This record gives sequence, structure tokens and C-alpha cells, in this order.
Amino acid sequence: MTARLSWLAPWLAFALILIAAPRVFPSPTALTMMSLMGVMIIFALSYNMLLGQTGLLSFGHAVYYGLGGFVAIHTMNAVIHNKLGLSIPVIPLVGGLAGLVFGVLFGLISTRRAGLVFSMISLGIGELVSSSSFILRTFFGGEEGITTNRSKLAPFLGHKFGPQLEVYYLIGVWCFVCVVAMYALTRTPFGRMCNAVRENPERVEFVGYSPRMVRLIAFCFAAFFAGIAGGLAAISFEIMNAQQLGAQQSSLVLLMAYIGGVGSFAGPIVGAVIITYLQIMLSDVTSAWQLYFGLMFIAVVMFAPEGVVGWTMLHLRALRGGVAWRLAPAYAAVGPALVATGAGAIMIIELANRQLAEARSEGSAMRLFGFDVDASTLPPWIVAVALFAAGTILVLRLWPRVGDAWGAVNARLHFRGEG
Amino acid sequence: MSAALSLLDLRKSFGPVQIIRGVSLEIAEGERHAIIGPNGAGKSTLFNLVSGRIRPSSGEVRLHGQAITGLSPFEINRRGLSRSFQITNIFPKMSVEENLRCAALWSLGYKYAFWTSIERLSDVCERAEWLMDRVGLTVRRHVPAGVLSYAEQRALEIGVTIGGSADVVMLDEPTAGMNNSETEHAVALIRKVTEGKTLVMVEHDMGVVFSLADRISVLVYGQIIASDAPERIRENPAVREAYLGQDGA
Ligand SMILES: Nc1ncnc2c1ncn2[C@@H]1O[C@H](COP(=O)(O)OP(=O)(O)OP(=O)(O)O)[C@@H](O)[C@H]1O
Ligand SMILES: [Mg+2]
Repeated sequence: MTARLSWLAPWLAFALILIAAPRVFPSPTALTMMSLMGVMIIFALSYNMLLGQTGLLSFGHAVYYGLGGFVAIHTMNAVIHNKLGLSIPVIPLVGGLAGLVFGVLFGLISTRRAGLVFSMISLGIGELVSSSSFILRTFFGGEEGITTNRSKLAPFLGHKFGPQLEVYYLIGVWCFVCVVAMYALTRTPFGRMCNAVRENPERVEFVGYSPRMVRLIAFCFAAFFAGIAGGLAAISFEIMNAQQLGAQQSSLVLLMAYIGGVGSFAGPIVGAVIITYLQIMLSDVTSAWQLYFGLMFIAVVMFAPEGVVGWTMLHLRALRGGVAWRLAPAYAAVGPALVATGAGAIMIIELANRQLAEARSEGSAMRLFGFDVDASTLPPWIVAVALFAAGTILVLRLWPRVGDAWGAVNARLHFRGEG
Repeated sequence: MSAALSLLDLRKSFGPVQIIRGVSLEIAEGERHAIIGPNGAGKSTLFNLVSGRIRPSSGEVRLHGQAITGLSPFEINRRGLSRSFQITNIFPKMSVEENLRCAALWSLGYKYAFWTSIERLSDVCERAEWLMDRVGLTVRRHVPAGVLSYAEQRALEIGVTIGGSADVVMLDEPTAGMNNSETEHAVALIRKVTEGKTLVMVEHDMGVVFSLADRISVLVYGQIIASDAPERIRENPAVREAYLGQDGA
């Protein structure tokens, strides 16, 4: 009985977190951030249906998020204008259906081939849609975008969704339902064939499946859920502009999925939470926050390509196997070097940002790691570069030890698994 | 009785070079047919033409009397022809069990079903279970296919090929690279799983060929120089010269 119900545990935990989060973090900023996290969880998971499940690297997934959002916001305005009976909770579905329609349309073009061809076409469609936003101004609203007022829609069970808390819970419910649905999809015959297409599309053809059809269906589902996310964003922020469907948003969702880990279902969820948090917190702390995202991405690709969740799972496996201590010496050696590299890199970026971008307006004096420094003088630069260089050299020299330690750990785990 | 598979003057050129030079062949329902021939004769290319992996330059392929020339591999597979590959071609990161479930799904009618969990489809699970048992991989069910031993991968390759219960099964060198006991095992396996089916097999091991085949075709340089019962092939002077002579068989 316990084994039968144990699959429920992660879902209960997830539901509890969604319910309890606003009680733990009740501030308005936190509420807005958590609303965005819920939206991004759906968006990132929808993206991973392509990248992680089906092996399709899209550079234009924000198209479906953005178009879903625009259609949702126009629907809301039409509902307000014509005093229709549609209430807020079903608006995300409108966004999802819009995403689905465009998913079918663009999917038919782009899923004929996988690999590089698919990626390039997705990039092209992304550019096409975001440049058409400058032409179709009535739909996309030009620079300002399209705004709405969610509280003017018909109330739902007495709720007008004016307060952000109500919107948060609406997002929470949709998020939960979408996550469950997307997880369930991975367990179906279709979901299994997505994996097969990712692994070996040629062999798929010889067990009776058309890889192209599998890709197309996956693409449509991904666009549908992205559209739901877009619809929720439209409700939460009451504004949609062309940036939401542009290249930057498309790379953001790639970043979330990848940093969280595309190899596990939970990866993109964790990635969405981390990246959304950093996006909001970092942009408060430094104006060079996008640069940090780029660096973080490179670091993950180089050092932990399985992403945060994949990385954690590997360590849990080593811990359970009782061999994690074998990693300790290597980590102890490489850890300080990594910290030095990171600190050096942050200093260089901040000094450069101050000196090259902000000095004219705000002067070259600044605070860096609690010290008062002047970015126009040499000493802080020398410290930064020295730290970075020394750290990097050490990391490069010590990194093989990490590889060796993992080799030993895996050999032992494997040996036990066999025996 | 109508032929399960017929090839009519099949030809294939890669650039200026004709690799398959007019192959005509009839394989009867329920027959076990071996295709032998020296390296580079075009045996795998012939398999590719029949299974839809590549299109013939000219000629026709018929499956149960219906033309399948130029159809894509999945359409041909859905009509009941399944093939294995000389170089193992499976889903490396998926477990043995998942590989076999993938192989069984279409033929059990589930198509692209996205409304039901695989675990609940008892026929799919049972079929995978049966296949696993047949190919002797039950104890390895959760192991990713990519880390199986070579012989195990070859067994899985056969399992995936027969997973969709196709009635025409084509195996491209199923025992290549196996030692004696593995080969013996594989022959027993092939005999077992192709019971009542039409089997077309490329094979270099003459022991395997003579123990399994009802009929043998000898392909040399893109042409079939003889197609006959095993004992007659053994005595055929042209075959001895062109092929068997090299092996000293
Ligand atoms: N796609 C291709 N493009 C060009 N040449 C090819 C192609 N496929 C096969 N060939 C050539 O066709 C010839 C026959 O190859 P094939 O693989 O069919 O031989 P085979 O009889 O299966 O040999 P083996 O016993 O070594 O498996 C070879 O000379 C090969 O180089
Ligand atoms: Mg061959």
C-alpha cells in the first residue's frame, strides 16, 4: 500500500509548496516573483517537451508564449468591451489554444526535419514573428504593447482577481494542472516515442512510427502549454509587448531548461525558479545581470551539463552508495579555485561595467565585496585579474581530479549494481 | 500460394556505380530464405531497398502482392515487414524493456496515443515481457540498451525487430561477431521467434545458413547468381567458384 501511494508524495509536496509559499513570503515583491515563477515553470517544462524529451533544440519557443499572451489579452479586452460572461480562470486556456493554432501552423513547416534544420527554422520563425510585431501595430501595440484590466472581467465565484494573491493562486492551480498533465504525457505511448525519436529517429521508422509526426505532435503540445503560460502572464502583468515573444525570451527559456537540467522532468522546474529569482534579484544588484546569465550558462555547459537537478541526482546516488566521500578531496582542492575564479570574474565585470558604462553618470568610485574602490585606478583591477587568472589556472589543473574521482565513484557504484 | 515478398528487376546506383544490378526474387510465405555473398556484394543495400531505407533506381518490390516500392520505412513496417540492422540500431539510453515496448506499440494499435499511460496497457507490457523472455534479457530489463554486452545488444536488436509481430522478418547478419556458443544461442532464438513467419536473412556463417534456410540466394556483385535449396547450392559450381570457394566450405 505504501509503495502504491509513494508516487503521490512528490505531488503532495509540490501542491503544499504552491499553497504555502505566499504565507511564507507574503511581501508584494515576493508575490509577483512567485507568480512569474509559476508561469515560467509551465513555460520551461513546455520547452523541455521539445529539447529534453524529443531532442529538438528550438530558438523560437517564446513565439507561442507571446502569441498566447497577446491573444489572451485581446480576448480579455474584447470580453470587457462586449460585457461577455467569460471569466479570468478560462483565459489561460484561450492563450493555450492560440499557442496550439500557431504551433500547428509553424510546426508543419519546422518539424519536417530535426537537428540543425529544425533549429534554424525555429530561429527564422522567431525573427519573422517578432519583426512582424513592428508592422502589425494594432495587434502587438508597438512599443508600449497592449494593456488590460483583469478586474473588469466577470467575477468567478465572487473573485475578481484584483489582488495579486488571487492571481497567484490562479497561476498556482494552472501550474499544478499543467505540470501533472505534462508529466503524464511523458508516460504515454506518445511520450515514449518522443524519447525514441530523440535517441534514434531512424530506428523509429522501422517500428512503424513516423518521426516527423511524433515531432509535430510534440511541437503542438509544447506550443499549447507555452500559450497557457503566456495567457497567465497576460493576466498577471496586465500587459503584453513584443519583447515577450522575441529572441531574448526564447533564450531565457532555453537557459532555464538547461540550467535546471533537460535530462530529468524536474530540471526545468528548478531552472525556472532559479533563473526567475536571479533575474529579479540580480537586476536589482547589478546592471550587468545578463552578462552573468551568459557566464552561468557557459559554466553549466562546461562543468555540469546535466544541470542542477541532474548534478544533484548524481551526488545523491553517490551518497546512497556510500562512496560520496571519494569526491571530497577533489572538491576540496577545486572548490577554492572555483571561488577565486568566480570572484575574479565578478570583480572584472563590475569594474568594467562601472568604468565603461556608468562612470560618466555615477562616477568611478564603487563598493565591491564590501570594499570601497575606484574603478579608474589600477589596484582593484590588478587584484581582480590576478584572482581570476590564478583561479582559472588552478581550476584547469585540478579539474582532472574531479573527473578521476567520479571515475572511481562510478566504477564502484557500477560494480555494486552488477553484483 | 502467393509470394510473401517479390523483387522485380531491382536496381540501385550510387552515383555512376550500379550496386544492385537487376535482382529478381520470389520468397514464398513461411519460407526461411538466406542471402549469402561476399563482402560488398550489396546484401545490405538490397535490404535497404526492400525495407524502404533507400529508394531503388528502378524495379519493384511487392509485399504480399502489393507494391511497396518508394514507400517510407514506417509505411512498409505497418504492412508487416520488419528488419534488423547489421550494425546494431536500438535506443541506447532507453532500458531493454522500453526498447521492446516501443517496438510493440504500433502493431498493437496505440499509434500516437497521449491519453493513456503505457503501464496501464497490459497488452503492451505483456508483449514486452514475452519478448524479453524470448530474447533472454528479462534479468536485464532495466539496463540501458547502450551498456548491454555486444551479444545482448544483438539479441535486443532481434527483439525490437520482431516486436511488432511482422509476418515478414528480415535479419541482416544477426550472428556477426558472436562466438560459437552465442551463435548457437542466436540460431535457436531466431528459429523460435520466426516460427510461422517468412524469414529473409543475410548471413556469413555457413553453419547458420545451412541449419536455418529452406532456400539460399547467392548475391555476387549486385546480381543473384543462384537461388536454390541448400544442398543444391552447395553443389552449384558457379557458387563454389564465386563464393564458397573463398571460404573453403
Ligand atoms: N549509401 C551508399 N552510398 C554509396 N555507396 C554505397 C552506399 N551503401 C552501400 N554502398 C556501396 O555498395 C556496396 C555494397 O554494400 P553493402 O553494404 O550492400 O554490401 P554487403 O553485401 O552488405 O557487404 P557486407 O557483407 O560487408 O555487409 C559497397 O561497395 C558499398 O560501399
Ligand atoms: Mg552488409
